[in-house]
Amino acid sequence: MISVLTAVLYLLLAPIAGGFIAGIDRKLTARMQGRVGPPVLQPFYDVAKLFEKEDVTVTPSQNFYILSYLVFMAVTGAIFFAGGDLLLVLFAFTLAHVFIVLGAYAAYSPYSYVGAERELITLMAYEPMIILTAVGLYLVTGSFYVSEIAASEVPAALYLPGVLIGFLTVLTIKLRKSPFDISTSHHAHQELVKGLTTEFSGPTLAKIEIAHWYETVVLLGIVYLFFGFNPLLALVAIAVTYFLEVFIDNTFSRMKWQWTMKEGWGVAVTLGFINLAVLYYFYLGV
Amino acid sequence: MAYLKKSPWLIHYDASSCNGCDIEVLACLTPLYDVERFGIINTGNPKHADVFVITGSINDLNREVVKNIYEQMPNPKVVVAVGICACSGGVFAECYNVSGGVDQVIPVDVYVPGCAARPESIIDGIVKALGILEEKRAKMTEMEAVHA
Amino acid sequence: MYDLIFLILFPCIIAFILLLLNNNRIRHAIVALAALVISAGSIYLLVSSFTQGTVYYAFPFEPTSLVMFALEMGIALLLLYLGVRFKQPVAVLLVLVQTVMMIYYEITWGMTVEPEMNLFIDQFSIIMALLIGIIGSLIAVFATSYMDTYHSHHHEVRDRRRMFFFVIFVFLAAMFGLVFSNNIPWIFFFWEVTTLSSFLLIGYSETEEATNNAFLALKMNLLGGIAFAGAILYLASVDPSGGLLELDALLASGQAAAIIPAVLICFAGLTKSAQMPFSAWLVGAMVAPTPVSALLHSSTMVKAGVYIIVRFAPVLAGSLAGISIALVGAVTFLLASGIAISQSNAKKVLAYSTIANLGLIVACAGVGTPQLVWAAIFLIIFHAVAKSLLFLCVGTVEHRVGSRDIEDMDGLIVRLPKIAAMMFIGMAGMFLAPFGMLISKWAAIEAFVVAPFGLIFVMILAFGGAVTVFFWAKWMGKIIEVTPFGENIEDTVSTGKWVVLGSLTAMTVLAALLFPLISSYLVEPYVLGIFGETARLAQDNVIIMVLMIALLLVLPLSYLSYRKQGRTMPAYMGGRPTTPDMKFLGSLGMEREMTTRNYYFAEYFGEAKLLKVGNPLCILLILAAVAAIVGVAL
Repeated sequence: MISVLTAVLYLLLAPIAGGFIAGIDRKLTARMQGRVGPPVLQPFYDVAKLFEKEDVTVTPSQNFYILSYLVFMAVTGAIFFAGGDLLLVLFAFTLAHVFIVLGAYAAYSPYSYVGAERELITLMAYEPMIILTAVGLYLVTGSFYVSEIAASEVPAALYLPGVLIGFLTVLTIKLRKSPFDISTSHHAHQELVKGLTTEFSGPTLAKIEIAHWYETVVLLGIVYLFFGFNPLLALVAIAVTYFLEVFIDNTFSRMKWQWTMKEGWGVAVTLGFINLAVLYYFYLGV
Repeated sequence: MAYLKKSPWLIHYDASSCNGCDIEVLACLTPLYDVERFGIINTGNPKHADVFVITGSINDLNREVVKNIYEQMPNPKVVVAVGICACSGGVFAECYNVSGGVDQVIPVDVYVPGCAARPESIIDGIVKALGILEEKRAKMTEMEAVHA
Repeated sequence: MYDLIFLILFPCIIAFILLLLNNNRIRHAIVALAALVISAGSIYLLVSSFTQGTVYYAFPFEPTSLVMFALEMGIALLLLYLGVRFKQPVAVLLVLVQTVMMIYYEITWGMTVEPEMNLFIDQFSIIMALLIGIIGSLIAVFATSYMDTYHSHHHEVRDRRRMFFFVIFVFLAAMFGLVFSNNIPWIFFFWEVTTLSSFLLIGYSETEEATNNAFLALKMNLLGGIAFAGAILYLASVDPSGGLLELDALLASGQAAAIIPAVLICFAGLTKSAQMPFSAWLVGAMVAPTPVSALLHSSTMVKAGVYIIVRFAPVLAGSLAGISIALVGAVTFLLASGIAISQSNAKKVLAYSTIANLGLIVACAGVGTPQLVWAAIFLIIFHAVAKSLLFLCVGTVEHRVGSRDIEDMDGLIVRLPKIAAMMFIGMAGMFLAPFGMLISKWAAIEAFVVAPFGLIFVMILAFGGAVTVFFWAKWMGKIIEVTPFGENIEDTVSTGKWVVLGSLTAMTVLAALLFPLISSYLVEPYVLGIFGETARLAQDNVIIMVLMIALLLVLPLSYLSYRKQGRTMPAYMGGRPTTPDMKFLGSLGMEREMTTRNYYFAEYFGEAKLLKVGNPLCILLILAAVAAIVGVAL
């Protein structure tokens, strides 16, 4: 059931794919704003530059947390692409996130502290919906294993419209797109400086970026699972999804953290719950 | 490899500018000039920045702040003084609380004069600074090699 | 059989020695020695018995039940006296009701009914015995030096250490008795002894608050005790031969016969494990000295409540009453986790997290499928280890820092680095993959998905899990902040405490590493024996988990390379020059200080607010369970 080969491929290729996606993101954003925008390879230049910079931290322990963040984000994706248990993927994902939050806490800086707290709020906001996504996919395909879900012939998206919309909503939170970029974002925030990432610079910041690339690929991989019955359609769905995320990012202003909570939990108890309840009733007859 | 030149992130600080130069700095980010074409991002955080763009003159209140921001930037780094006030204190140079241009407290690498400095000259100044940045990086790696 | 009797009687003997002894140094020595013997005894039990499956023993001494009855009456008299002295009419009334019930039982059936197989041992009992024997005795060792510091800090509290250690060891004996008894009236006797121990220890400091909280705990537990006594009366009246008073016979008698006593006893379990609406007593019990909280109110006594519910899981499975009880647990899990967000008192956070986890265990046991019982037993194991570690760490921190408020714990990693690291591991054990609690939660989600009413439980688990991450992670963040000020004050912690804390930390990690072994040698055989089928995690997942733990153990080695490379600079303070103790000049030249504070969301997760929802809801659910069994009876 577990395939080491795809996991290794993921570990090697995901940063490249993730970096390209980030580049396309920035290009699209620029075009939506009527600008030319940076080259598509810009994210790679940025990360390469960060490795050229001096290694400065507030406390050396930050390095440990960020290294752990990167490693466990890679592990998360590796389990996912190896075809492992989706719930284990989500738990490893949480573990990785807790590490970056801890890195921000460790610095004892007001800005990264607030960023860390807010990152935890977003974590709390999206987690229920993500668990329900895994449960929904299980109900439809009969397995928690990514390999089996992806190979399933069942048109999961048709059975799980509510869960899909709910997942896309929390995906916006997860990708730290406006209106949910409360903890940190690629744009300069006045009141929080850079929030979560304020106290990271140079190579440490580069590791965060690479981890983010790994993360993007895993999250889009989950979108794939909804359309696993038709790989071509799945790729189109991923493209549309990401375009929508960029579009939302550019058309919304940032909202308060209360909104993030209400959106994340709101979609879980309405769309997620109703969708699953209907499935339970018709599909399992319970 | 010199990726620094391809991805200069800057922090902009308004020392005691009249906001004229600040508007022009921000104009560089607009679609008309779009400095992100060159990978330039306004980070708003000294720890992420490579280029310190500073407008306005140094006075008693912002002296420590300017120093602090400069110190918090990881090496290699460059300072671009934008506008005549940042270059020399301008018409405020003789003011009772003004000590003069930015070079009174931190080393300045590029001076962009003007009142206000035009976006074209600001961009030109930053591009010039990138050359200096690259030199500093080369020197830094040399030093590291020596120490190692 | 003699090993069981030894484990029950030996702590009693030690208890009486400690009661008579006033020399503190000898007390330290005796406690340490007894702890060694008791943990060795429970490990011996594991080694000698784990292959045998379930074994029943007839107790060789006839009048044991009479002795127990006499002791019960003695306890009742003591409680009556205390109730009258402290003017607690409700407590007096409850004691009277229960005593009358037990006297009635003894007069009507007690002389004639005598279950034969009084003691037993199976894998679940072994697990419980290990937790009691090892964790319990470690906490007792910790308590010796803790109580020394306690009394040097609190001169106003009367030194009753003889009573304290007497009760602690009597309690350990009672817990062993509880998990080894097959005779239900015996279980009840030991049950009452734990209630009494908890009552006495909560009131240790004799302040008004402590006394009131002790009576609150007593009253709520007596309510459960009355239900338990009711179950015994019911069983005796249904089958006057006494056959059903044997636990195994009752469990084997099938749902129709056993559901009424099962619900009554599970009600007692709900009170003992502080499920809503009874959660108040456990929160109040936090006034007790910290080792008491660790021993009675997180790792062992409250586990007795869920122990008995897990025992009755096969009876509850698939019944309406079982679902209602499970929902009580699930609602408690969700709401207590929420309340934990709003608390800044470290012991209260631990208390609510304990209540929440017990709720999860109740939820698993109430639904009662094999996978869920598997998950429930693992929750008991992992929770006992990690939570006792956390309680003891908080106790140590409280004495060093002078506060148990989480907001006073910033920079703990600077002031008490080793303690902070241990707390870190303990917290990781509570909510992070690949540690124990998460394995169980994971198994629980996968099992609930296919269980009846599964969606409700899955929803509750999804939300409760998210909330859990929030309150643990923010606390974790608080203790690992590297403040530029603060001195290491760790050298004042005594060696005995280090040994205990170190062992518990090692056990937290080992439990996660060894869980496949625990599963295949203890938990799976037990579940197989009860249900005829068992649960386990897939081999792939086990390997991945073990690899993740290995990674977590290796990653800290990267510290070695950071020392050499890299420069450090102070945190960004908006450009303001800041002193190392985080002071800076604000506007108008006023000196300000930077401090950090966590979010508590009192307006969403406030204690009063959520209890207002939880208590009525859980009362309704309990009433639903009662209605369900009344329906069965009619």
